[in-house]
Amino acid sequence: MSDLLDYPIPSDRAIEPPPEWEELRQQCPVAKVRLASGGEATLLTRYDDVRAMLTDGRFGRVIPAGGTGVGSQDDGGTFSNDPTGVMADEEQHQAWRRLVNATFTAKRVQALAPGITARAEQLIDDMLAAGGPADLVPALAFPLPVWVICELLGVPEDQRERFPYWSDTALSTTRYTQEEISAARQEFGAYMAALVEAKRAQPGDDLISELIALVDRNDPRLTAQTVIGTSMALLVAGHETTASHIAKMMALFLGDRSRWERLVADPSLVRSAVEESLRFDPNAGFGMVRWVDEDVEIAGETVPAGTTVVCSLAAANRDEGTFEGAAEMDLGRRPNPHLSFGAGAYSCLGQSLARTELQIVLAALVRKVPSLELAVDVESVPRKEGLLVAGFDELPVKWGE
Amino acid sequence: MKINVDRDACCGAGQCVLLAPDVFDQDEEGIVVLLDERPAADQDFAVQEAVSMCPTGVIWVDQNA
Ligand code: HEM
Ligand code: HEM
Ligand code: SF4
Repeated sequence: MSDLLDYPIPSDRAIEPPPEWEELRQQCPVAKVRLASGGEATLLTRYDDVRAMLTDGRFGRVIPAGGTGVGSQDDGGTFSNDPTGVMADEEQHQAWRRLVNATFTAKRVQALAPGITARAEQLIDDMLAAGGPADLVPALAFPLPVWVICELLGVPEDQRERFPYWSDTALSTTRYTQEEISAARQEFGAYMAALVEAKRAQPGDDLISELIALVDRNDPRLTAQTVIGTSMALLVAGHETTASHIAKMMALFLGDRSRWERLVADPSLVRSAVEESLRFDPNAGFGMVRWVDEDVEIAGETVPAGTTVVCSLAAANRDEGTFEGAAEMDLGRRPNPHLSFGAGAYSCLGQSLARTELQIVLAALVRKVPSLELAVDVESVPRKEGLLVAGFDELPVKWGE
Repeated sequence: MKINVDRDACCGAGQCVLLAPDVFDQDEEGIVVLLDERPAADQDFAVQEAVSMCPTGVIWVDQNA
């Protein structure tokens, strides 16, 4: 094959899923592609195959030297150097998950809900008091998730100022210089190390104190450094993802106002609507990357040992074979086994929290600002699922006074 | 109808607990605990949802048992 498909699939306007997704799912579910690094990889786009890959232990998360890497320094930015130090080793990773899970159960998250609701309502009240039109991103989407992580970790309120900046620099690959990124990382690391020491001396009712207690008590392999790294990872993994999804979700619901009206008329749809917005997101990033070191059969084809395998979560989420009427948004879709949080042993650790935050934000806006609408010129609001370009920096909204 | 879980493969993300708190819980490591392996019929829908949304696919229902 000489003309390999480039991945990510080049697309001049990211307003709709590329038509290639459907073609690939139909005709070439196990496709050869070329990544930005120039190397070849295998791309999966069907729901069943993507899910099978993510839950199959033979697909590892670390690509050895010599294997095809993703390419540019950009791996979603997240952790080219993993602050926890446990990600590369399957057993260590599992031990780490269990340790962190202990402090992150669904019940724990539910206990945070009243506080998150109060905070969301206050941010909305402040926005309303300042008068419209307003930008929903700095007013609500951005500050809420960072507040939640700081509460969870137990960062004192007067020390939170730098958190948004640290999170931003850790994830951005273009907005800051390499020096700014390294300096921010160091500053963040030093702050966290000091905070962990302070919590060790004087434990509070928070995740850091709990992790320290667990580390001291039972697992010699997980050190104070792990606590620092984990706290940093939680901020970075939990902030930008949630903030950008709040904005994308609101663009989807307000961009076609019949959706918003349906939510206002029936707020019990909030939970399923949040899931549907996660499924529908046509811009869910690069996808997940894995590596096989033995021959593996997928959809009847053999993927040889030494292959980098990429899967598109967003393409899988639009698979007609799994989701009836996949190209349409259905706010009441249940069940909705979308893959936006990944699947398997590495699936999103914070998904209970993310879901809780998204549901709270949406419910609070529906309840408090039913007249909410986009403030951009109606003519310029793209009819299709527009707006959903990467790095959604603002979302101008207005409401009836 | 009998519910089964594979605790060894559970990743502890707690979706089942959010969806069907009367049927599932998590232990101190976050791993799923089955509270009721034969729940009343009014739980059927929630249990089906938990089965399909469990990220690791470790919950299954045996209809004949
Ligand atoms: C503490 C460690 C880590 C955390 C917290 C973490 C978290 C995340 C999160 C939240 C995403 C989703 C971003 C999105 O929504 O687009 C992601 C994507 C990704 N992660 Fe990680 N990750 C970690 C370690 C790793 C490691 C060690 C690797 C590779 C060896 C890796 C490779 C990737 C790749 C390739 C993506 C997809 C990027 C994209 O969507 O554009 N991650 N990670
Ligand atoms: C809408 C919001 C979010 C989305 C779409 C999202 C998505 C993801 C995805 C796709 C992964 C899998 C990465 C992989 O397979 O390598 C991931 C991992 C992860 N996420 Fe999230 N995430 C969100 C919110 C959060 C929140 C709020 C937190 C924590 C406070 C969080 C913490 C993590 C961590 C720690 C991992 C790494 C898990 C591991 O490697 O075992 N995420 N996330
Ligand atoms: S949803 Fe699945 S992986 Fe998550 S806690 Fe329940 S059984 Fe475990």
